[in-house]
Amino acid sequence: MVKQRVESVANGKIRCDACPVMCYISDGRSGACDRYANVGGELIRVDPLTIIENTISEGGNVVPFLAQPGESEWDGDIVHATRRFVTAVGAGTTYPDYKPAPFIVSQKENGVDMVTVVTEGIFSYCGAKVKIDTDRFLGPETATVLVDGEAIGHVTTGEYGSQMLSLGGVHHLTGGSKKEGRVTCDALLKLCNGEAVDMQVDGGVSLTIKAGAAPVINDVEESRMRVGCGSATIGMFAKQWMGHVDEVVVVDDHITGVLSEHQAGRLLDVPATGIRIKGRRSTPGRYFQVAEPGIGWGGTHISDPLTILGDFDPKTAWPGMRMLMVSTTGEQFGYYILDDNLRPELQTILPAALQESVEIIAENCEPALTSVLFIGGAGGSLRAGVTTNPVRLTRSVKEALTHVSCGGVPAYVWPGGGITVMADVTQMPSNAFGYVPTPALVAPIEFTMRLDDYRALGGHMEAVMPIEQALEMAERKVTPIGRGPWPTESRNFRWGA
Amino acid sequence: MSRPFARYLDGDPNGRLHLQHGPIDLVIGVDDGGAARKGEAERRARAFAAAIARFQTVLDELVSELPLLRAPAEMNGPTPVGSVARRMVAAVRPFAAADFITPMAAVAGAVADEILAAMLEAFDKGDRPHRAYVNNGGDIAVHLDGDAKFQVRMAREDGASLGDFALHASSPTHGIATSGRGGRSLSMGIADSVTVLATNAAAADAAVTLIANAVDLPGHAAIDRARAVDVVDDSDLGERLVVTGCGSLTDAEIDRALSRGLATAERFIALGLIDRAGLFLRNQGLLAMPGAAQPFTATPLAIDQSMERFSNA
Repeated sequence: MVKQRVESVANGKIRCDACPVMCYISDGRSGACDRYANVGGELIRVDPLTIIENTISEGGNVVPFLAQPGESEWDGDIVHATRRFVTAVGAGTTYPDYKPAPFIVSQKENGVDMVTVVTEGIFSYCGAKVKIDTDRFLGPETATVLVDGEAIGHVTTGEYGSQMLSLGGVHHLTGGSKKEGRVTCDALLKLCNGEAVDMQVDGGVSLTIKAGAAPVINDVEESRMRVGCGSATIGMFAKQWMGHVDEVVVVDDHITGVLSEHQAGRLLDVPATGIRIKGRRSTPGRYFQVAEPGIGWGGTHISDPLTILGDFDPKTAWPGMRMLMVSTTGEQFGYYILDDNLRPELQTILPAALQESVEIIAENCEPALTSVLFIGGAGGSLRAGVTTNPVRLTRSVKEALTHVSCGGVPAYVWPGGGITVMADVTQMPSNAFGYVPTPALVAPIEFTMRLDDYRALGGHMEAVMPIEQALEMAERKVTPIGRGPWPTESRNFRWGA
Repeated sequence: MSRPFARYLDGDPNGRLHLQHGPIDLVIGVDDGGAARKGEAERRARAFAAAIARFQTVLDELVSELPLLRAPAEMNGPTPVGSVARRMVAAVRPFAAADFITPMAAVAGAVADEILAAMLEAFDKGDRPHRAYVNNGGDIAVHLDGDAKFQVRMAREDGASLGDFALHASSPTHGIATSGRGGRSLSMGIADSVTVLATNAAAADAAVTLIANAVDLPGHAAIDRARAVDVVDDSDLGERLVVTGCGSLTDAEIDRALSRGLATAERFIALGLIDRAGLFLRNQGLLAMPGAAQPFTATPLAIDQSMERFSNA
């Protein structure tokens, strides 16, 4: 039930421009699709209101009478067989006017009267922060990210093990050409609804990203996120190698680490081994550019790690020296012993302790994922749907009297002015987002607080309805996806923390 | 303006594909019907890609010829340009001599047929998936190869089963359509639902509209009617009366209404326009099938026993 902008009216009928059919719809009717309707001269999208229903057993309403042996006792939180939360997904909005939000729902939580103000917000100031788990170079910082040749955002500062994109925002949504806005809105909508989007980084790679899935970079799917660079890997595991091996080389496209020369090895009194690495030495035990980038060992193009080694220094090296070579993901490894001519000989048996260290490296490499956080600001008119005095809502949020969620998912509220929230789209009910032709995203947002606090901040008390009444209107029930706190739980609030 | 939209319904590309644009909603499934055959996922991906590609322009094509498609069909009327529009006109023409019908009566089925055909064209004949369907809001185009079969259930709006039937690769039926009150289209009749099996979904769609219209009790006081244009803006039915409500009916009246629909269905079967039909109103149902004199013979539609008072003609 989201209002759309009406472009054209004829003979009391409004013309829907949601699809090429361009239906003329008179008051009280819906278009050919039954998705859009004319309500009092306004075009409304009629999507099903969605609730999250947390049933303890999938079998239905199972009410435990007495704890079974082995089950935990009552934990202080009343165990309801079914717990329900009305999300804003499909709730619609009364934007841009002063009317109460579509659903202001009351329910009791552990004896406390709670109220949740449920509305879909139209966010023209919104976007997505995308984290892509990869060490690959996606493009220079601030490089433009393009979809269908239109700028939808840019590469921002990288984080450890991940590359970051900042997409959308008012500049691309409404500040550029019509097409730029439409393409940006479409890309954001898809990303937030968990669909894949193809994009191109100016001066960088082509990308296919989808929330919760591995990124595809230049048509190659990324599989694992390395534990760290080769140097970091040496630092992390140096101690575990002591006594089992004389030298360790962690092969990495970025920084290859060498135990005996590395700070970590020095601290552990690892003797020099006479090893020589072909590459550009950065600081002791750290080498850049040991090989070309590729899909071989540690993101390089090599398949035989010995190719990055020069001859061992005969003054320092000794026959029988034991050496482990391993990639940053632990996917590749080799164990070598120097022969009488100081040439490394590949061993078929890897000592158990080294096997374990390789497995730990692999275990520390998490699957590479793309994560998408929706970010948007709750504007003045959206807040007017909650209270007659909008700034009081902002204050209530800051004071932790009001909990903000998006589609039932806890939202992170940025400190400072206004209500700017971020939420993980993969935790929301499917298709939680919509759009309006403005272009802007339509996103669910719920404000939950004690009924008394709602009254105090100037809430629309006349519009409060018991949850049972809202449930009758809900057509879609979903089970919770995330493990975050339930929105009405007391621990979300200052008074219950 | 929204663009065509595609997504996987079951969380991954091996689930069903949902395509939507404006009033069109398609749910598409592709598999090998359990046959031990390599490459099912690749075939599905290829079929889905072909469906998505063809779907991009379907609605725009239809809109560009909408006036023609909304006009009553004539035996020797003009032929539209678009391939979906041609399917619609071809499907309704055989009915145009005796009944009022516009090509729009077959739009849902024709879109389903077109997308199914586009998917199959992406394969050499021996390489096709064993099963595929395109479900356009209950009007379904089906493809079967090898030993694969589809088990199809007709159900009431509340989910209660009205009966099952099976389709095999050897069945003449490649289209299923259901019409009646409760659907999105208007009906001139009072049938709760009518399901028709025909050579393709467009033919089934056209026929089902007319059979559902025929399930009626003209002049009955308990039936509310209104002009189509007063119910839906821009209806292709114009000022013709459509049913907006139906009060209580006696068993005899229900039987009489269904029998009228049955006569229409049997006429279509005799003309070779459809394969069979199931008609449902309140607590009764009737089946129309080839050789209507022996209803429950050979390969009847198996009607679920939950139909309390199933009667047959």
